Amino acid sequence: MEQYINRKYIIGGIILLVGLVFTVRLFLLQVVNSTYKLSAESNTRRMEIVYPARGLIYDRNGQLIAHNLPSYDLKIAPYELEAFDSAEFCEILQIDIQTLREGIKRVINNQNERFNPFIKQLSSETFGKLKEKQFKFPGFYFSIRTLREYDREIASHLLGYVGEVDSGIILNNPYYELADYIGVSGIEYSYEEHLKGEKGRKYKLIDVHGREQGSYKDGRFDTDAKPGSNITITIDADLQEYGEKLMRNYVGSIVAIEPGTGEILTLVSAPSYNPSLLVGREREENYNKLKNDTLEPLFNHSIQALYPPGSTFKTVNALIALQEEVISNRTTYNCIRGYYARGVSVACHSHPSPLDLLHSIQYSCNAYFCNVYRKIMEDPDFESVEKAYNNWREHLRSFGFAEPLGIDLPYEKGGFIPKSDYYDRYYGQNRWKALTIISMAIGQGEVLTTPLQLANFAAIISNKGYYFTPHIVRGIEGIDSINSAFAVPHVVSIDSSYFNVVIDGMDMAVNVSGGTATWVRHRDITICGKTGTAENPHGEDHSVFMAFAPKDDPQIAISVYVEHGKWGSSYAAPIASLMIEKYLTDTIAPYHKWIEKRMLERNLLNVQ
Amino acid sequence: MRRQIDIMANIDWLTVFLFLLLVAFGWINIFAVNYDPDASSFFHLENRYTMQLAWILISLIVVVFIFIIDSRFYLFVAYPAYAFGILLLLVVFLIGTAVHSSKSWIVLGPVSIQPAEFAKVAVILAIAKYLSGYNVKITRFKDIFVSLFIIFFPAGLIALQPDIGSTIVYGVLLLVLYREGLPGWVLIVILAMAGLFLGILVLSQFLIVLILSGLAIVAFTIVSKKPSSFFLAVLISISVASAFVLLNHYGYLDLDNYIILLSTVGIASAIAVIYAVVKKNKVIYLVVLALLLAIGYTYTVDHLFNNFLKEHQRNRVNVMLGLESDPYGYEYNVRQSKIAIGSGGFSGKGFLQGTQTKFRFVPEQSTDFIFCTVGEEWGFLGSFGLVVLYVGLLIRLIVLAERQRSRFSRIYGYGVLSILFFHFAINIGMTIGLLPVIGIPLPFLSYGGSSLFAFTIMLFVFIRLDSTRKAYLI
Repeated sequence: MEQYINRKYIIGGIILLVGLVFTVRLFLLQVVNSTYKLSAESNTRRMEIVYPARGLIYDRNGQLIAHNLPSYDLKIAPYELEAFDSAEFCEILQIDIQTLREGIKRVINNQNERFNPFIKQLSSETFGKLKEKQFKFPGFYFSIRTLREYDREIASHLLGYVGEVDSGIILNNPYYELADYIGVSGIEYSYEEHLKGEKGRKYKLIDVHGREQGSYKDGRFDTDAKPGSNITITIDADLQEYGEKLMRNYVGSIVAIEPGTGEILTLVSAPSYNPSLLVGREREENYNKLKNDTLEPLFNHSIQALYPPGSTFKTVNALIALQEEVISNRTTYNCIRGYYARGVSVACHSHPSPLDLLHSIQYSCNAYFCNVYRKIMEDPDFESVEKAYNNWREHLRSFGFAEPLGIDLPYEKGGFIPKSDYYDRYYGQNRWKALTIISMAIGQGEVLTTPLQLANFAAIISNKGYYFTPHIVRGIEGIDSINSAFAVPHVVSIDSSYFNVVIDGMDMAVNVSGGTATWVRHRDITICGKTGTAENPHGEDHSVFMAFAPKDDPQIAISVYVEHGKWGSSYAAPIASLMIEKYLTDTIAPYHKWIEKRMLERNLLNVQ
Repeated sequence: MRRQIDIMANIDWLTVFLFLLLVAFGWINIFAVNYDPDASSFFHLENRYTMQLAWILISLIVVVFIFIIDSRFYLFVAYPAYAFGILLLLVVFLIGTAVHSSKSWIVLGPVSIQPAEFAKVAVILAIAKYLSGYNVKITRFKDIFVSLFIIFFPAGLIALQPDIGSTIVYGVLLLVLYREGLPGWVLIVILAMAGLFLGILVLSQFLIVLILSGLAIVAFTIVSKKPSSFFLAVLISISVASAFVLLNHYGYLDLDNYIILLSTVGIASAIAVIYAVVKKNKVIYLVVLALLLAIGYTYTVDHLFNNFLKEHQRNRVNVMLGLESDPYGYEYNVRQSKIAIGSGGFSGKGFLQGTQTKFRFVPEQSTDFIFCTVGEEWGFLGSFGLVVLYVGLLIRLIVLAERQRSRFSRIYGYGVLSILFFHFAINIGMTIGLLPVIGIPLPFLSYGGSSLFAFTIMLFVFIRLDSTRKAYLI
């Protein structure tokens, strides 16, 4: 048999060969290749996101407007599921057994579904009931987030709402992940950066079934969630509430600004809605309801609606004419219940004639301002009407017309003041004259402004020639000063001395017999105001009023639009007056109570 | 008293030392896998590491008995042990308990034993006894047949349980036959069959037959000793095949390509046989016979693979061959195992620091996948050290086997080292993704009483035989 003794070397060789192959393979696997290390990391760590609470929102007087309530998402850990009383479970959650089955099937069949909530945003009542009996339902657990809660049902448009991020946002901004919340509109959108806070992360060790086994490396890599910064807004919550109350039966808007700062005191868009509707589980459903409402409650009239400014616009034409020295305070024009010239006729109401500038504002004479406008357009300092028009438009631009003012809310509209080439296209170059566009003299025709621009215009008049960009946010916690753009005065292209006559005219419009809005005057506050009627080709004209008060120390500038209210004096003026009174005296004088009552009782919602 | 001293003096302590190192290292890793800082006391039999410690102690007691018993007893007991082993394997069919759908355990109260593990010892004893007998020559057909029967009868019983992993282990005993003089060509045929087996799984039947035919033509050319016969064979084959294709094309026949290929092979074989008769070249018969047998074999294997193997076993083979890839399905075990070992890096994560095995990403981590914990917690240094330890033990066993004066002891030694080697190669090979997942333990390291007892008895019977190599010539 010894002839086979050499075979021991072959057998030994095979063993050594296997050992060598293993060694090489192990070396490649453990030392050379690093992909397995990374796989192991993701195998054992599960990152859990700790959601921060959004920053709180306070009004200018420190009243809390929006805060947060915890909300509980119910999740399923599929491998921890055990048999449970599904009837009782469904009873607590108010779901049918089919929903439960599908939910469980979803997490079992799809790895990625494991961390998605089975039911989102349980009510605290349901949470309480389920929490009490959680031991009966192994495999179900809660994940805590926060949802907005509002103390008062106000300011829905400017607060905006919070929704879930969509895939576009996730792609463009690495901070956001699936199912994160984000401000969708209002200041929730504008100040998302400050309000959102910072998500925290907790790394948990998990086993192959996704079960928690403790924190990863004793929590060395965990980060806490940082709550969002609290924000103080410029709104006066009481005044906002009062304004929304006054407007509840109307479509339109109230914008009130503190002239000395540009801070917006009130931003009412009517009809409004309860901000709580767009929170939580019912958000989607309520949103669609609001969206399909024919009164368009989601539409923010105050910064998005475009109306003709109507007669309020006469004041700006007066100022431009004075600046261009085409008229003076003493310039008078006749009014024969209208303005008639070469195929153009603009009717006017009954009032004394002739009038000077001051009284033309008091009485809101159409003929006077048609003459003024023609003077501006036919100014001999300019070679052509087109040049004069462009100059006029530049003046308007300095008032913040024609372009968005830059309020810190999304989707602000800029209004419309046509450029001269607009008329060139429409009529042909040099084929249009002052008379062609004469309706702009009285704020009709092509010109469109937003309620915000009109309120800002009132503020400019009260300031005699400058404004601060209207804004909503007054202070952000942890930040010394807000956007510096809001602290720079914008000076208009009209010398401040020219404003006095306009202010006096507006004073007389409210406070001197024969003025257009004398019935809303206040005995102790000198309100300067200008009525307007915005022509509405689709139905009854809109009621417009702009005002500021008190005359000597302006604290509030305001614009009010009431759709289908016809005359400026019929709805917009009394509402503006009540707002001013409420803001400055914190009450409504007894002799004004009837006006308040009338405004609250009337209803123009169904007027076309 | 004198005899006792002799035994102690002649024991190969190096082997014992290597054994103790492996067992201790195995226990440390079982402890690491199952250690739970929150769990109750250490001495709780629910803990696997406590159980394993108990088994280690019991097997050491068994070792003492093995040393006390006279070494001639093992020669005497070889056949009875074999018969008893067969009996146990039959009993398993009657009262066995199924684990993982294979009926391979006998449960006696608190103890469950796996007869297949103990049967290995009996089979090694029996084959050693048979081959060491007078007049037995492994080159003779009758002796080859009896030897293969001794090995593969119990293997067949285990295959019926079915426990394919343990069945395959018996195949390694061919290495013992090889050492004792089994002709090399038998091994080559067996290896060729194994290769063909894999080929069938990877390639289509058509391609296999085509390749076999090509090889046959080459072999034919060689044995006919005329280069021109290569072109003749190719020409004839192509002509026949073309004839079939044309007949098919014009509608006289309706055969698919595979049938055409088989028919061509048949006709060409007939022509080759006629040629052999004319030329009186008998080797050509062998070539034709080999070709036909190989084709027949591919059918058998295909049939067996699809009907005999369980689906999960088929899948494991397929994963290893790269035929199926599904990280969360069948490949999962191998992938997780590789992640665990790979994540250990050069020096490992440290004792008790392994995350992959601890959190049960790796299946069966105390038993068949214990090497993952070694790789993860001890790194390349640890796993390389273990490989060195094992290879060292195996080489040492070759040295011991070769120094035996008795054939029985030598053959038994080779039997032990073959079995250990096979377990080592298959087990580690599967955890590092070189071989399909076959559920067999890593000797001395894997958790489990039956395998630890079986391997310990197997090894120490040999150490006992070695200790008396100078005393008896059994």
